[in-house]
Amino acid sequence: MGIYMTILEQGLIYGILALGVYITYKILDFPDLTVDGSFPLGAALTATMITNGVNPYLTLPASFLIGAAAGVCTGLIHVKCKVRDLLSGIIMMTALWTVNLRLAGTANVPIFSKDSIFDNDFINGVMPEALSGWKKLIVIAVITVAAKLLLDLYLKTKSGFLLRAAGDNEVLVTSLAKNQGNVKILGLSIANGLVALAGCVFCQEQRVFEISSGTGAIVIGLASVIIGTSLFKNLTVMKATTAVLIGSVIYKACVAAALKFFEPQDMKLITAVLFLIILVIGMERRKKVKKHA
Amino acid sequence: MLELKGIDKYYNPGTVNEMCLFDGFNLTVKDGEFVSVVGSNGSGKTSMLNILCGSIPVEHGSIVMDGQDITNMKEYRRNRRIGRVYQNPAMGTCPSMTILENMSLADNKGKFYGLGRGVNRNRKEHYRELLARLGLGLEDKLDVLVGSLSGGQRQAMALLMSTMTDVDFLILDEHTAALDPKTAEIIMELTDQIVREKNLTAVMVTHNLRYAVEYGNRLLMMHQGKIVLDLAGEEKKAVKVDDILRQFNEISIECGN
Repeated sequence: MGIYMTILEQGLIYGILALGVYITYKILDFPDLTVDGSFPLGAALTATMITNGVNPYLTLPASFLIGAAAGVCTGLIHVKCKVRDLLSGIIMMTALWTVNLRLAGTANVPIFSKDSIFDNDFINGVMPEALSGWKKLIVIAVITVAAKLLLDLYLKTKSGFLLRAAGDNEVLVTSLAKNQGNVKILGLSIANGLVALAGCVFCQEQRVFEISSGTGAIVIGLASVIIGTSLFKNLTVMKATTAVLIGSVIYKACVAAALKFFEPQDMKLITAVLFLIILVIGMERRKKVKKHA
Repeated sequence: MLELKGIDKYYNPGTVNEMCLFDGFNLTVKDGEFVSVVGSNGSGKTSMLNILCGSIPVEHGSIVMDGQDITNMKEYRRNRRIGRVYQNPAMGTCPSMTILENMSLADNKGKFYGLGRGVNRNRKEHYRELLARLGLGLEDKLDVLVGSLSGGQRQAMALLMSTMTDVDFLILDEHTAALDPKTAEIIMELTDQIVREKNLTAVMVTHNLRYAVEYGNRLLMMHQGKIVLDLAGEEKKAVKVDDILRQFNEISIECGN
């Protein structure tokens, strides 16, 4: 039971990250490596705020905003300095490592004894005793589902339409008398805001900030997005954002299953192999569709 | 009114491959003119459109729109008053969005793209009427993804979308070239209707000499960055496809093909 609970918890936390990666990778067609830096950025800010006794719920919007700022920087580097998309992300990812260290003070900040979004007077009072074992999962699910619904709503606004158009057809955005560069920056900021939000929840769930917690975050995000979108491609009733969340949970389950047979130090190799398998399967499906079309 | 004054345009400037396309090129398109432009490949037709729209920079000269110098104005800003349809039907629409969403997107051109609802339900009937005019049955497919439409259907939508708002100028870049003859005919007929109805000033590049002769009220032939034939008014009305074809062959023979 415990293992399933952990998979769901982790899957949903990384699901928020996957929603962000979905915006850059699927909607904007922008491989954004900022993610490896903005995920721990949210965590670093959260750890700092919590050590300073700030209300834990404030860490959620604050993390989103700081992640969004990082996304804006990546966007500016790409759009204004005309640096290639992949490189813009790498530059920001590298820069954020120092920012995160400076923000948190050290590479490792434990927040065990402090209040968190999972453990404070308010939530302990509201939550019935019987559900206390489910407390973490419930809080995570609420945050993830809220993030998903807000993103769904946003994608149906005029601004959201423009964002979708920017990834689909840049020329059209220019034809609509809009600066497509600005639309890209906006997309990157929302995406990295979500990623940092995931980092914020992750840090409080682990009760520790780790500078290296972001390493490989982009791979997890991409894998979740690709699993989700290719598994449920033919299920048109399901929204892509829902598919991405499920993809994230499936990915975490795969990793947990693999860890049953391997040692923790094999983790990165497992991740790489899993990601490769997912990519190849995803591509094959695409080819098939093309042939039939 | 659109004016190109003393335009110099070089490709690959400063390299051994430097090529001068325009050297002091001038063109004035008056309000209400529908100019069709013909010419061989490399004669500078599409470059001219790109210069008008701001897609490519120029070395010298100025581009003037209704008396205002727009030479340094960014392409997306110019597009407030310009609608453009490309040769490739994919350029004018969003494949992963539905017909209704595409129409709504275009309907908002020139306004703020904020957090309001993307699709305005009240305008749905209006979109349906616009689409019904195409005679392609698209009015009953509002929730279909544009990516699943045929090239002709997409180009028809691109034409509608580019002229939905109050643009003054319409730039048509071989917009029937990728279509089958019958669809091309429909799109050309529709173009003519829209230009008349909305009283647009249009510049159309085409390789179809018949369209150039039958449509529009002014005809330009370009060759190696120069206008070699410029017919308007009665002259344009009287001209026949054969006349144009003869002229066309002459310049081509000079070129050695």
